[in-house]
Amino acid sequence: MEALFSILIGLFFAGAIYLILSKSTVRILLGVALLGNAVNLLLFTAGRLTREVPPIIPVGMDVLSPGAANPLPQALILTAIVISFSFFAFLLVLTYRAYQELGTDDTDEMRLAEPRNEQLPPMGY
Amino acid sequence: MATPAVDLSAALILAAPAPADWLVVLPVALMIGLGAVLMMVRKSVRLHGGIAIAGLTLLVLLDAALLWRVSVHGPVTMVMGRWLPPFGIAFTADLFGAVMALAAAIIALAAGIFALADIDASGRRYGFYPFLMLLMAGVSGAFLTGDIFNLYVWFEVLLISSFGLLILGSQPEQIDGALKYAVLNLIGTTLFLIAVGYLYAIFGTLNMADIARKAAGLREAAPLTTLTALFILAFAIKAAAFPVNFWLPASYHTPRVVVSALFGGLLTKVGIYSLIRVTVMLFPVEREALSLIVAISAALTMLVGALGALAQNDIRRLVGYVVIAGIGNMMAGVAIGTPAAVSGAILYALHSVVTMTALYLVAGEAGRLGGTWALSGLGGLYRKAPWFSGASFLLFLAASGLPPLSGLWPKVALLKASLDIGAWWLAAAILLSAFLITLALARVFLLAFWRPRPDPVPEAAAPAGTSVDWRVALPLGCLTALVVLFGLLPEPLLDLAQRAAEGLGEPAAYIQSVFPGGTAR
Repeated sequence: MEALFSILIGLFFAGAIYLILSKSTVRILLGVALLGNAVNLLLFTAGRLTREVPPIIPVGMDVLSPGAANPLPQALILTAIVISFSFFAFLLVLTYRAYQELGTDDTDEMRLAEPRNEQLPPMGY
Repeated sequence: MATPAVDLSAALILAAPAPADWLVVLPVALMIGLGAVLMMVRKSVRLHGGIAIAGLTLLVLLDAALLWRVSVHGPVTMVMGRWLPPFGIAFTADLFGAVMALAAAIIALAAGIFALADIDASGRRYGFYPFLMLLMAGVSGAFLTGDIFNLYVWFEVLLISSFGLLILGSQPEQIDGALKYAVLNLIGTTLFLIAVGYLYAIFGTLNMADIARKAAGLREAAPLTTLTALFILAFAIKAAAFPVNFWLPASYHTPRVVVSALFGGLLTKVGIYSLIRVTVMLFPVEREALSLIVAISAALTMLVGALGALAQNDIRRLVGYVVIAGIGNMMAGVAIGTPAAVSGAILYALHSVVTMTALYLVAGEAGRLGGTWALSGLGGLYRKAPWFSGASFLLFLAASGLPPLSGLWPKVALLKASLDIGAWWLAAAILLSAFLITLALARVFLLAFWRPRPDPVPEAAAPAGTSVDWRVALPLGCLTALVVLFGLLPEPLLDLAQRAAEGLGEPAAYIQSVFPGGTAR
């Protein structure tokens, strides 16, 4: 199960990096969203994958029954999901505004903050 | 993994913390609380400045008290809900964290006062002061937390507040800069999260003190060097080290000047702080293994920053490159890794927090007085504002690392440390970068301050401002005084940085403060 998930996570990361390397801001945005999900799956898998064993300590025992998944990574994922969701919402609006204001979604054309033929400082005095 | 039977009522809860220990969480609690209060009074924008500055003054006092307590009694720990340490989220302040938090609070106060002049009513209605409070909550939390996942959460808190500050005004070039800043920083924090996930999978704990004491036992069995490399890459993105520094010159000059000043002073330093915390304290052996790569990146960062500063016409972008050059110096301290070098890096971080903020404020005020940001159009500032020019001159000297100002001592410490281990090329890079920065900043002084204002004023020049406001003069004067004071009387801070570096290299006191019983499990 873990091996299968590792391959899946690898595919997620590969797809995310491929999309992030694109010039189009919308693809970069999708890549970032995919990257967040890849990380969530990674954390999830790191916490052990099991079926049908709830992480509850049975009556009369001090520890979890063997094979139960670790609930802490799942709590971490929950935090990470909330955070990445809010960031995604912000980035979505930012990308849209950038398209409105700059009239392009090509990062090569977004040179407003760093103009292409910027003047050099004066050489003389 | 067998856990021995424990008496739950006795074992899982700590004794109530001493009242003075609350100082560890108070800075963060104060900033989050004030951020919420300012949101609630968002309709009465007039109140914002007063409340925020009172709150930031209180923050400075709290951080100073915390630093005093840590300096006298050693590291202070408080665990959320009083849970037994490896399980609860711990806030642990040692000397390094406390002194960084104090420096951050001081420059936030200076920026808060400067913002009274720089941020107009619409900027305040948009939420400048609430964002500033939440940014400081994130920064203070990052400096004071003792839990590595919690550190990630504070990174996100300060990141989302920095987005808000960065696009304050919604001008097209701000949106352009913000897009690059947002995407690259988000990727950086995501890498950090990946590293934290692997770390938990290896260690089964997120508490830094617990990690520090378990690392020795796991070194043979687990790929800790890979893990450390991942952390280094994530923090290098946050700190804007070469070759992952390109988001900084693309974005730091776009927001309001006071926002640039806050970012230049704080955000990259949070990256450096985390780099030092993780590599020096948690994984010293792995840091040693990767030190050559870090050293090369440090040397290139210094040179890229210095050469970039030489090539800029816009003074705000020039200061951005000076920030990058400083990051290279601190990375050099991490790469060398001896206590002397780490204390040099800590000193440099403190110097850089104050000086870079002040430099951005100088750039902003020069731009306002001269009506343009371009060196080709600036001139005659010395005649217009002699006191402001004097303070700027001192800050330029400090940023270049010339005596008798604050930039000198950390550079001397780093040079000595790199020569001690025979890394002459690293020392040469430090000297060359300082020399080039001196040239770049001296040229700013020559062109913008000394020469008469060029007659046919180039296009895009706004109407030039008049005299310097007290809301500008006060923070700038205080920051300059700090820089001069540390330059003339370096002993106390040198001593403090030395002790902070020793505390990182030998974290016994830090671990002791989290696990007072010594061997909890």
